[in-house]
Amino acid sequence: MSRLLPPAFGVLCIVALLCLLQLAIQAGIVDVYIVPLPTDMLASLPRLVEEEHVIRRFGVTFGETLSAGLLALVVGVALGMALQHWPRMRRAFEPWFALLAAAPLVMAYPLFLVLFGRSSLTIIVIAFASALAPVVLKTIEGFATIRPVLIDVGHSLRMTRAQEFRLILLPAALPEIFVGLRLALIFALINVVGVEFLINLGGLGQLISELSERYDLPGTWASIGLVVIVSILFFLLLDGGERWLRKRH
Amino acid sequence: MSAPLLSVDGVTRRFGPETCGVLAVDNMSFDVRQGEFVSIIGPSGCGKSTLFSMLGGLLPPTSGRIAVEGDVITGPHPAVGMVFQEESCLPWRSVIDNVAFPLELEGIGKSERHDRAQHFVELVGLHGFEKRHPAELSGGMRQRVCIARTLAAKPRLLLMDEPFAALDEQTRLLLGDKVLQIQQELHQTTLLITHSITEAVQLSDRILVMTYRPGRLKRIVEVHLPRPRNADVVTSPEFGATVAEIWSDLREEASRGMAASEVS
Repeated sequence: MSRLLPPAFGVLCIVALLCLLQLAIQAGIVDVYIVPLPTDMLASLPRLVEEEHVIRRFGVTFGETLSAGLLALVVGVALGMALQHWPRMRRAFEPWFALLAAAPLVMAYPLFLVLFGRSSLTIIVIAFASALAPVVLKTIEGFATIRPVLIDVGHSLRMTRAQEFRLILLPAALPEIFVGLRLALIFALINVVGVEFLINLGGLGQLISELSERYDLPGTWASIGLVVIVSILFFLLLDGGERWLRKRH
Repeated sequence: MSAPLLSVDGVTRRFGPETCGVLAVDNMSFDVRQGEFVSIIGPSGCGKSTLFSMLGGLLPPTSGRIAVEGDVITGPHPAVGMVFQEESCLPWRSVIDNVAFPLELEGIGKSERHDRAQHFVELVGLHGFEKRHPAELSGGMRQRVCIARTLAAKPRLLLMDEPFAALDEQTRLLLGDKVLQIQQELHQTTLLITHSITEAVQLSDRILVMTYRPGRLKRIVEVHLPRPRNADVVTSPEFGATVAEIWSDLREEASRGMAASEVS
Protein backbone atom coordinates (compact mmCIF):
# COMPACT_ATOMS: atom_id res chain seq x y z
CA MET A 1 0.00 0.00 0.00
CA SER A 2 2.71 2.47 1.06
CA ARG A 3 4.46 1.72 -2.27
CA LEU A 4 1.46 3.05 -4.19
CA LEU A 5 1.09 6.18 -2.07
CA PRO A 6 3.73 8.41 -3.76
CA PRO A 7 2.48 7.79 -7.34
CA ALA A 8 -1.11 8.29 -6.13
CA PHE A 9 -0.06 11.59 -4.60
CA GLY A 10 1.58 12.59 -7.90
CA VAL A 11 -1.62 11.86 -9.86
CA LEU A 12 -3.63 13.75 -7.27
CA CYS A 13 -1.41 16.81 -7.70
CA ILE A 14 -1.96 16.79 -11.48
CA VAL A 15 -5.72 16.51 -10.96
CA ALA A 16 -5.56 19.39 -8.45
CA LEU A 17 -3.60 21.50 -10.97
CA LEU A 18 -6.23 20.80 -13.65
CA CYS A 19 -8.98 21.82 -11.20
CA LEU A 20 -7.10 25.06 -10.49
CA LEU A 21 -6.79 25.66 -14.23
CA GLN A 22 -10.54 25.05 -14.62
CA LEU A 23 -11.27 27.61 -11.88
CA ALA A 24 -8.82 30.12 -13.36
CA ILE A 25 -10.48 29.86 -16.79
CA GLN A 26 -13.99 30.10 -15.32
CA ALA A 27 -12.91 33.17 -13.34
CA GLY A 28 -11.60 34.74 -16.56
CA ILE A 29 -7.95 34.82 -15.40
CA VAL A 30 -6.92 32.55 -18.28
CA ASP A 31 -8.45 33.15 -21.72
CA VAL A 32 -10.58 30.19 -22.87
CA TYR A 33 -9.34 30.80 -26.46
CA ILE A 34 -5.78 30.09 -25.32
CA VAL A 35 -6.43 27.16 -22.98
CA PRO A 36 -9.79 25.41 -23.17
CA LEU A 37 -11.56 24.13 -20.06
CA PRO A 38 -10.13 20.77 -18.86
CA THR A 39 -13.71 19.47 -18.67
CA ASP A 40 -14.16 20.37 -22.37
CA MET A 41 -10.93 18.50 -23.19
CA LEU A 42 -12.31 15.42 -21.43
CA ALA A 43 -15.70 15.88 -23.11
CA SER A 44 -14.02 15.94 -26.54
CA LEU A 45 -12.63 12.43 -26.08
CA PRO A 46 -15.76 10.46 -27.17
CA ARG A 47 -15.96 12.68 -30.26
CA LEU A 48 -12.26 12.05 -31.02
CA VAL A 49 -12.81 8.32 -30.68
CA GLU A 50 -15.93 8.36 -32.84
CA GLU A 51 -14.97 10.80 -35.60
CA GLU A 52 -11.17 10.98 -35.58
CA HIS A 53 -10.39 7.29 -34.95
CA VAL A 54 -8.16 8.35 -32.09
CA ILE A 55 -7.63 4.80 -30.80
CA ARG A 56 -6.19 3.70 -34.13
CA ARG A 57 -4.04 6.85 -34.24
CA PHE A 58 -2.86 6.22 -30.69
CA GLY A 59 -1.85 2.73 -31.84
CA VAL A 60 -0.03 4.13 -34.90
CA THR A 61 2.01 6.62 -32.84
CA PHE A 62 2.71 4.01 -30.16
CA GLY A 63 3.72 1.43 -32.78
CA GLU A 64 5.98 3.82 -34.71
CA THR A 65 7.71 4.91 -31.50
CA LEU A 66 8.05 1.31 -30.32
CA SER A 67 9.52 0.19 -33.66
CA ALA A 68 12.02 3.08 -33.69
CA GLY A 69 12.88 2.40 -30.04
CA LEU A 70 13.39 -1.34 -30.58
CA LEU A 71 15.55 -0.70 -33.64
CA ALA A 72 17.61 1.80 -31.64
CA LEU A 73 17.94 -0.76 -28.82
CA VAL A 74 19.18 -3.56 -31.07
CA VAL A 75 21.42 -1.49 -33.35
CA GLY A 76 22.53 0.94 -30.61
CA VAL A 77 23.57 -1.66 -28.04
CA ALA A 78 25.39 -3.69 -30.72
CA LEU A 79 27.19 -0.60 -32.04
CA GLY A 80 28.00 0.62 -28.54
CA MET A 81 29.49 -2.74 -27.58
CA ALA A 82 31.49 -2.91 -30.80
CA LEU A 83 32.88 0.60 -30.29
CA GLN A 84 33.72 -0.20 -26.66
CA HIS A 85 35.48 -3.37 -27.82
CA TRP A 86 37.64 -1.61 -30.43
CA PRO A 87 39.06 1.52 -28.77
CA ARG A 88 40.35 2.96 -32.07
CA MET A 89 36.89 2.74 -33.60
CA ARG A 90 35.52 4.32 -30.47
CA ARG A 91 37.92 7.26 -30.74
CA ALA A 92 37.00 7.63 -34.40
CA PHE A 93 33.22 7.48 -34.09
CA GLU A 94 32.17 8.47 -30.57
CA PRO A 95 32.35 12.24 -31.30
CA TRP A 96 30.12 11.71 -34.34
CA PHE A 97 27.49 10.01 -32.22
CA ALA A 98 27.70 12.86 -29.69
CA LEU A 99 27.15 15.25 -32.59
CA LEU A 100 24.25 13.16 -33.90
CA ALA A 101 22.64 13.24 -30.44
CA ALA A 102 22.67 17.04 -30.51
CA ALA A 103 21.61 17.46 -34.16
CA PRO A 104 18.00 18.53 -34.92
CA LEU A 105 17.62 15.63 -37.32
CA VAL A 106 13.94 16.31 -37.86
CA MET A 107 14.93 19.30 -40.03
CA ALA A 108 16.21 16.83 -42.59
CA TYR A 109 12.74 15.32 -43.04
CA PRO A 110 12.46 16.28 -46.75
CA LEU A 111 15.51 14.17 -47.47
CA PHE A 112 13.97 11.18 -45.68
CA LEU A 113 10.70 11.78 -47.56
CA VAL A 114 12.57 11.53 -50.85
CA LEU A 115 14.41 8.41 -49.72
CA PHE A 116 11.54 6.48 -48.13
CA GLY A 117 8.34 8.09 -49.44
CA ARG A 118 5.50 9.59 -47.46
CA SER A 119 4.89 6.63 -45.19
CA SER A 120 5.24 5.29 -41.67
CA LEU A 121 8.64 3.98 -42.73
CA THR A 122 9.98 7.54 -43.09
CA ILE A 123 8.68 8.42 -39.63
CA ILE A 124 10.23 5.31 -38.10
CA VAL A 125 13.59 5.90 -39.81
CA ILE A 126 13.80 9.53 -38.65
CA ALA A 127 12.79 8.58 -35.09
CA PHE A 128 15.30 5.69 -35.11
CA ALA A 129 18.09 7.97 -36.33
CA SER A 130 17.42 10.42 -33.51
CA ALA A 131 17.07 7.68 -30.88
CA LEU A 132 20.23 5.80 -31.87
CA ALA A 133 22.92 8.14 -30.52
CA PRO A 134 21.92 8.12 -26.82
CA VAL A 135 21.75 4.30 -26.83
CA VAL A 136 25.20 4.01 -28.44
CA LEU A 137 26.78 6.60 -26.12
CA LYS A 138 25.25 5.21 -22.93
CA THR A 139 26.11 1.62 -23.90
CA ILE A 140 29.75 2.65 -24.36
CA GLU A 141 29.67 4.46 -21.02
CA GLY A 142 27.97 1.53 -19.30
CA PHE A 143 30.64 -0.96 -20.35
CA ALA A 144 33.54 1.50 -19.99
CA THR A 145 32.75 2.41 -16.40
CA ILE A 146 32.51 -1.15 -15.02
CA ARG A 147 34.76 -1.30 -11.94
CA PRO A 148 37.83 -3.39 -12.89
CA VAL A 149 37.65 -5.24 -9.57
CA LEU A 150 34.35 -6.84 -10.68
CA ILE A 151 36.11 -8.18 -13.77
CA ASP A 152 38.90 -9.49 -11.49
CA VAL A 153 36.23 -11.29 -9.45
CA GLY A 154 35.07 -12.99 -12.65
CA HIS A 155 38.63 -14.02 -13.54
CA SER A 156 39.41 -15.26 -10.03
CA LEU A 157 36.27 -17.45 -10.18
CA ARG A 158 37.51 -18.77 -13.55
CA MET A 159 34.35 -17.72 -15.40
CA THR A 160 34.06 -18.38 -19.11
CA ARG A 161 33.78 -15.37 -21.45
CA ALA A 162 30.05 -16.03 -21.87
CA GLN A 163 29.49 -16.27 -18.09
CA GLU A 164 31.52 -13.11 -17.56
CA PHE A 165 29.38 -11.24 -20.11
CA ARG A 166 26.04 -12.53 -18.85
CA LEU A 167 26.69 -12.40 -15.11
CA ILE A 168 29.06 -9.44 -14.68
CA LEU A 169 29.48 -7.16 -17.69
CA LEU A 170 25.87 -6.94 -18.83
CA PRO A 171 24.22 -6.44 -15.42
CA ALA A 172 26.91 -3.89 -14.49
CA ALA A 173 26.26 -1.93 -17.70
CA LEU A 174 22.45 -2.24 -17.62
CA PRO A 175 21.62 0.87 -15.56
CA GLU A 176 23.51 3.09 -18.03
CA ILE A 177 21.99 1.31 -21.03
CA PHE A 178 18.55 1.96 -19.60
CA VAL A 179 19.36 5.65 -19.17
CA GLY A 180 20.18 5.63 -22.89
CA LEU A 181 16.94 3.81 -23.70
CA ARG A 182 14.85 6.30 -21.73
CA LEU A 183 16.45 9.16 -23.65
CA ALA A 184 16.02 7.22 -26.89
CA LEU A 185 12.29 6.73 -26.39
CA ILE A 186 11.81 10.42 -25.54
CA PHE A 187 13.74 11.40 -28.70
CA ALA A 188 11.81 8.82 -30.76
CA LEU A 189 8.40 9.99 -29.55
CA ILE A 190 9.21 13.68 -30.13
CA ASN A 191 10.33 12.89 -33.65
CA VAL A 192 7.42 10.57 -34.44
CA VAL A 193 4.84 13.14 -33.36
CA GLY A 194 6.81 15.99 -34.94
CA VAL A 195 7.13 14.30 -38.34
CA GLU A 196 3.50 13.11 -38.27
CA PHE A 197 2.61 16.76 -37.69
CA LEU A 198 4.93 18.05 -40.44
CA ILE A 199 4.05 15.58 -43.18
CA ASN A 200 0.40 15.30 -42.10
CA LEU A 201 0.40 11.53 -41.88
CA GLY A 202 -0.81 8.82 -39.53
CA GLY A 203 -1.09 9.12 -35.78
CA LEU A 204 -1.59 11.66 -33.02
CA GLY A 205 0.79 14.23 -34.56
CA GLN A 206 -1.37 14.49 -37.65
CA LEU A 207 -4.49 14.73 -35.51
CA ILE A 208 -3.01 17.61 -33.51
CA SER A 209 -2.14 19.36 -36.75
CA GLU A 210 -5.63 18.88 -38.19
CA LEU A 211 -7.57 19.81 -35.07
CA SER A 212 -5.51 22.94 -34.50
CA GLU A 213 -6.12 24.02 -38.07
CA ARG A 214 -9.85 23.57 -37.42
CA TYR A 215 -9.51 25.66 -34.22
CA ASP A 216 -10.79 22.66 -32.26
CA LEU A 217 -8.88 23.65 -29.13
CA PRO A 218 -10.33 21.09 -26.65
CA GLY A 219 -9.63 18.33 -29.19
CA THR A 220 -6.07 19.59 -29.82
CA TRP A 221 -5.29 19.70 -26.13
CA ALA A 222 -6.87 16.31 -25.53
CA SER A 223 -4.66 14.85 -28.30
CA ILE A 224 -1.58 16.41 -26.72
CA GLY A 225 -2.68 14.74 -23.47
CA LEU A 226 -2.80 11.41 -25.33
CA VAL A 227 0.81 11.92 -26.48
CA VAL A 228 1.74 12.35 -22.82
CA ILE A 229 -0.04 9.06 -22.10
CA VAL A 230 2.02 7.31 -24.82
CA SER A 231 5.13 8.64 -23.12
CA ILE A 232 3.94 7.42 -19.70
CA LEU A 233 3.26 3.97 -21.17
CA PHE A 234 6.84 3.76 -22.48
CA PHE A 235 8.19 4.92 -19.15
CA LEU A 236 6.26 2.14 -17.35
CA LEU A 237 7.34 -0.40 -19.95
CA LEU A 238 11.04 0.46 -19.47
CA ASP A 239 10.75 0.53 -15.71
CA GLY A 240 9.16 -2.91 -15.69
CA GLY A 241 11.73 -4.19 -18.19
CA GLU A 242 14.64 -2.96 -16.13
CA ARG A 243 13.26 -4.45 -12.92
CA TRP A 244 12.62 -7.79 -14.62
CA LEU A 245 16.15 -7.92 -16.05
CA ARG A 246 17.73 -6.97 -12.70
CA LYS A 247 15.84 -9.77 -10.96
CA ARG A 248 17.15 -12.30 -13.47
CA HIS A 249 20.79 -11.54 -12.69
CA MET B 1 55.86 -31.07 8.63
CA SER B 2 53.23 -31.10 5.85
CA ALA B 3 54.07 -30.20 2.25
CA PRO B 4 53.53 -26.54 1.38
CA LEU B 5 50.12 -25.59 0.00
CA LEU B 6 51.62 -22.59 -1.71
CA SER B 7 55.17 -22.45 -2.88
CA VAL B 8 56.68 -19.29 -4.31
CA ASP B 9 60.06 -19.71 -5.90
CA GLY B 10 62.20 -16.84 -7.18
CA VAL B 11 59.22 -14.81 -8.36
CA THR B 12 60.04 -11.54 -10.09
CA ARG B 13 57.73 -9.10 -11.78
CA ARG B 14 58.89 -6.20 -13.89
CA PHE B 15 56.65 -3.61 -15.56
CA GLY B 16 57.95 -2.07 -18.76
CA PRO B 17 61.27 -2.78 -20.52
CA GLU B 18 64.23 -4.31 -18.68
CA THR B 19 66.41 -1.18 -18.84
CA CYS B 20 63.98 1.54 -17.76
CA GLY B 21 60.89 -0.32 -16.42
CA VAL B 22 59.86 -0.72 -12.79
CA LEU B 23 60.99 -3.79 -10.88
CA ALA B 24 57.95 -4.30 -8.61
CA VAL B 25 58.75 -7.69 -7.06
CA ASP B 26 62.26 -9.10 -7.01
CA ASN B 27 63.14 -12.72 -6.46
CA MET B 28 60.64 -13.58 -3.72
CA SER B 29 60.64 -17.12 -2.34
CA PHE B 30 58.52 -18.48 0.48
CA ASP B 31 56.07 -21.28 1.34
CA VAL B 32 52.70 -21.35 3.05
CA ARG B 33 51.82 -24.61 4.80
CA GLN B 34 48.42 -26.19 5.29
CA GLY B 35 46.42 -24.46 8.06
CA GLU B 36 48.86 -21.58 8.43
CA PHE B 37 47.95 -17.90 8.63
CA VAL B 38 50.70 -15.90 6.97
CA SER B 39 50.78 -12.14 6.50
CA ILE B 40 52.88 -10.18 4.06
CA ILE B 41 53.63 -6.71 5.27
CA GLY B 42 55.46 -3.85 3.63
CA PRO B 43 55.28 -0.12 3.02
CA SER B 44 53.06 1.35 0.29
CA GLY B 45 54.58 0.75 -3.12
CA CYS B 46 56.53 -2.37 -2.17
CA GLY B 47 54.71 -4.55 -4.70
CA LYS B 48 52.31 -6.26 -2.28
CA SER B 49 49.32 -5.95 -4.60
CA THR B 50 51.40 -7.08 -7.59
CA LEU B 51 52.37 -10.16 -5.60
CA PHE B 52 48.69 -10.72 -4.71
CA SER B 53 47.67 -10.61 -8.38
CA MET B 54 50.44 -13.07 -9.28
CA LEU B 55 49.48 -15.49 -6.47
CA GLY B 56 45.86 -15.32 -7.64
CA GLY B 57 46.92 -16.09 -11.20
CA LEU B 58 45.64 -12.75 -12.53
CA LEU B 59 49.13 -11.57 -13.52
CA PRO B 60 51.96 -13.79 -14.79
CA PRO B 61 55.35 -13.37 -13.10
CA THR B 62 58.21 -12.15 -15.32
CA SER B 63 60.27 -15.02 -13.95
CA GLY B 64 60.11 -17.61 -11.20
CA ARG B 65 57.32 -20.05 -10.41
CA ILE B 66 54.28 -20.19 -8.17
CA ALA B 67 52.82 -23.58 -7.30
CA VAL B 68 49.56 -24.35 -5.52
CA GLU B 69 49.25 -27.92 -4.22
CA GLY B 70 52.18 -28.76 -6.46
CA ASP B 71 50.61 -27.39 -9.69
CA VAL B 72 52.55 -24.54 -11.27
CA ILE B 73 49.89 -21.91 -11.87
CA THR B 74 49.34 -20.26 -15.25
CA GLY B 75 46.03 -18.60 -14.35
CA PRO B 76 43.52 -18.53 -11.49
CA HIS B 77 43.70 -21.86 -9.61
CA PRO B 78 40.50 -23.51 -8.31
CA ALA B 79 42.07 -24.02 -4.89
CA VAL B 80 42.68 -20.30 -4.43
CA GLY B 81 40.03 -17.79 -3.31
CA MET B 82 40.68 -14.05 -3.54
CA VAL B 83 39.35 -11.17 -1.43
CA PHE B 84 40.24 -7.86 -3.05
CA GLN B 85 41.29 -4.63 -1.43
CA GLU B 86 38.46 -2.80 -3.12
CA GLU B 87 35.00 -3.93 -2.07
CA SER B 88 33.79 -6.20 -4.87
CA CYS B 89 30.17 -7.16 -4.16
CA LEU B 90 27.95 -7.38 -7.22
CA PRO B 91 25.64 -4.43 -6.52
CA TRP B 92 22.66 -5.91 -8.39
CA ARG B 93 22.60 -9.05 -6.25
CA SER B 94 21.29 -9.47 -2.72
CA VAL B 95 23.69 -10.56 0.04
CA ILE B 96 22.65 -14.22 -0.23
CA ASP B 97 22.94 -14.20 -4.04
CA ASN B 98 26.36 -12.58 -3.81
CA VAL B 99 27.58 -15.24 -1.39
CA ALA B 100 25.99 -18.02 -3.47
CA PHE B 101 27.56 -16.67 -6.68
CA PRO B 102 30.48 -19.16 -6.91
CA LEU B 103 28.05 -22.02 -6.19
CA GLU B 104 25.80 -20.79 -9.00
CA LEU B 105 28.79 -20.97 -11.35
CA GLU B 106 29.28 -24.58 -10.29
CA GLY B 107 25.70 -25.22 -11.47
CA ILE B 108 24.25 -25.93 -8.02
CA GLY B 109 20.45 -25.45 -7.82
CA LYS B 110 18.97 -22.40 -6.14
CA SER B 111 17.67 -23.89 -2.89
CA GLU B 112 20.81 -25.91 -2.23
CA ARG B 113 23.18 -23.03 -2.98
CA HIS B 114 21.14 -20.71 -0.75
CA ASP B 115 21.32 -23.27 2.08
CA ARG B 116 25.06 -23.55 1.66
CA ALA B 117 25.54 -19.79 1.33
CA GLN B 118 23.47 -19.20 4.48
CA HIS B 119 26.16 -20.94 6.54
CA PHE B 120 28.80 -18.49 5.31
CA VAL B 121 26.49 -15.48 5.74
CA GLU B 122 26.12 -16.48 9.39
CA LEU B 123 29.84 -17.18 9.73
CA VAL B 124 30.65 -13.56 8.87
CA GLY B 125 27.88 -12.29 11.15
CA LEU B 126 25.42 -11.06 8.53
CA HIS B 127 22.42 -13.11 9.64
CA GLY B 128 19.24 -11.10 8.96
CA PHE B 129 20.76 -9.20 6.04
CA GLU B 130 20.38 -11.95 3.42
CA LYS B 131 17.83 -10.10 1.29
CA ARG B 132 19.56 -6.70 1.48
CA HIS B 133 21.52 -5.27 -1.41
CA PRO B 134 25.13 -4.06 -1.04
CA ALA B 135 24.07 -0.40 -1.32
CA GLU B 136 22.11 -0.84 1.92
CA LEU B 137 25.16 -2.08 3.87
CA SER B 138 28.15 -0.36 5.48
CA GLY B 139 31.65 -0.72 4.00
CA GLY B 140 32.63 -3.28 6.66
CA MET B 141 29.53 -5.36 5.99
CA ARG B 142 30.13 -5.31 2.24
CA GLN B 143 33.69 -6.52 2.74
CA ARG B 144 32.31 -9.34 4.93
CA VAL B 145 29.96 -10.29 2.08
CA CYS B 146 33.03 -10.56 -0.18
CA ILE B 147 34.83 -12.72 2.38
CA ALA B 148 31.76 -14.98 2.71
CA ARG B 149 31.50 -15.25 -1.10
CA THR B 150 35.13 -16.27 -1.37
CA LEU B 151 34.77 -18.80 1.48
CA ALA B 152 31.63 -20.27 -0.12
CA ALA B 153 33.80 -21.52 -2.99
CA LYS B 154 35.68 -23.58 -0.34
CA PRO B 155 39.19 -22.42 -1.30
CA ARG B 156 42.07 -24.39 0.16
CA LEU B 157 44.06 -21.15 0.17
CA LEU B 158 42.40 -17.83 1.01
CA LEU B 159 44.25 -14.79 -0.37
CA MET B 160 43.30 -11.40 1.02
CA ASP B 161 44.71 -8.08 -0.20
CA GLU B 162 44.30 -5.43 2.52
CA PRO B 163 40.59 -6.22 2.81
CA PHE B 164 40.13 -3.81 5.71
CA ALA B 165 42.27 -0.96 4.35
CA ALA B 166 39.30 1.31 3.65
CA LEU B 167 37.73 0.81 7.10
CA ASP B 168 38.17 2.66 10.39
CA GLU B 169 40.44 1.29 13.13
CA GLN B 170 37.68 -0.08 15.42
CA THR B 171 35.95 -1.88 12.56
CA ARG B 172 39.31 -3.28 11.48
CA LEU B 173 40.01 -4.73 14.90
CA LEU B 174 36.55 -6.28 15.14
CA LEU B 175 36.75 -7.67 11.61
CA GLY B 176 40.18 -9.02 12.48
CA ASP B 177 38.45 -10.81 15.33
CA LYS B 178 35.94 -12.22 12.85
CA VAL B 179 38.73 -13.42 10.55
CA LEU B 180 40.42 -15.10 13.55
CA GLN B 181 37.19 -16.87 14.46
CA ILE B 182 36.68 -18.02 10.88
CA GLN B 183 40.25 -19.21 10.61
CA GLN B 184 39.97 -21.15 13.87
CA GLU B 185 36.61 -22.64 12.90
CA LEU B 186 37.51 -23.64 9.34
CA HIS B 187 41.29 -24.15 9.81
CA GLN B 188 41.47 -22.01 6.71
CA THR B 189 44.93 -21.58 5.24
CA THR B 190 45.20 -17.85 4.70
CA LEU B 191 47.65 -15.41 3.16
CA LEU B 192 46.90 -11.83 4.14
CA ILE B 193 48.51 -8.85 2.48
CA THR B 194 48.48 -5.80 4.71
CA HIS B 195 50.31 -2.63 5.68
CA SER B 196 48.94 -2.72 9.23
CA ILE B 197 51.42 -4.15 11.73
CA THR B 198 48.80 -4.68 14.45
CA GLU B 199 46.52 -6.51 12.02
CA ALA B 200 49.38 -8.75 10.92
CA VAL B 201 50.46 -9.59 14.47
CA GLN B 202 46.89 -10.08 15.71
CA LEU B 203 46.11 -12.63 13.01
CA SER B 204 49.26 -14.40 11.85
CA ASP B 205 51.46 -17.37 12.62
CA ARG B 206 54.20 -15.91 10.46
CA ILE B 207 54.80 -12.47 9.01
CA LEU B 208 56.88 -11.86 5.89
CA VAL B 209 58.35 -8.37 5.91
CA MET B 210 58.99 -6.86 2.47
CA THR B 211 61.43 -4.15 1.46
CA TYR B 212 60.42 -0.97 -0.33
CA ARG B 213 60.78 -1.07 -4.12
CA PRO B 214 61.85 -3.43 -5.48
CA GLY B 215 59.79 -5.69 -3.20
CA ARG B 216 62.07 -8.32 -1.71
CA LEU B 217 61.65 -10.55 1.29
CA LYS B 218 63.46 -8.78 4.12
CA ARG B 219 62.77 -11.12 7.00
CA ILE B 220 60.31 -13.66 8.36
CA VAL B 221 58.92 -13.07 11.86
CA GLU B 222 57.34 -15.97 13.74
CA VAL B 223 54.47 -14.88 15.99
CA HIS B 224 54.36 -16.92 19.20
CA LEU B 225 51.14 -15.52 20.65
CA PRO B 226 48.92 -18.36 21.92
CA ARG B 227 45.84 -19.43 19.97
CA PRO B 228 42.85 -19.19 20.06
CA ARG B 229 43.21 -15.42 19.91
CA ASN B 230 40.74 -12.57 19.82
CA ALA B 231 40.90 -8.77 19.54
CA ASP B 232 42.04 -8.57 23.23
CA VAL B 233 45.41 -10.02 22.24
CA VAL B 234 46.46 -6.48 21.26
CA THR B 235 46.76 -5.54 24.95
CA SER B 236 49.32 -8.27 25.83
CA PRO B 237 53.02 -7.40 26.32
CA GLU B 238 54.11 -10.07 23.80
CA PHE B 239 51.94 -8.39 21.22
CA GLY B 240 53.62 -5.04 21.87
CA ALA B 241 57.06 -6.61 21.65
CA THR B 242 56.32 -8.27 18.29
CA VAL B 243 54.82 -5.07 16.88
CA ALA B 244 57.96 -3.16 17.99
CA GLU B 245 60.19 -5.77 16.39
CA ILE B 246 58.39 -5.52 13.04
CA TRP B 247 58.21 -1.75 13.20
CA SER B 248 61.98 -1.52 13.61
CA ASP B 249 62.28 -3.52 10.37
CA LEU B 250 59.61 -1.61 8.53
CA ARG B 251 60.59 1.85 9.67
CA GLU B 252 63.66 1.93 7.46
CA GLU B 253 61.65 0.69 4.44
CA ALA B 254 58.79 3.12 5.05
CA SER B 255 61.28 6.02 5.31
CA ARG B 256 62.84 4.97 2.01
CA GLY B 257 59.37 4.88 0.48
CA MET B 258 58.55 8.31 1.81
CA ALA B 259 61.86 9.77 0.62
CA ALA B 260 61.31 8.28 -2.84
CA SER B 261 57.80 9.71 -3.08
CA GLU B 262 59.06 13.16 -2.02
CA VAL B 263 61.76 13.09 -4.69
CA SER B 264 59.29 12.13 -7.40
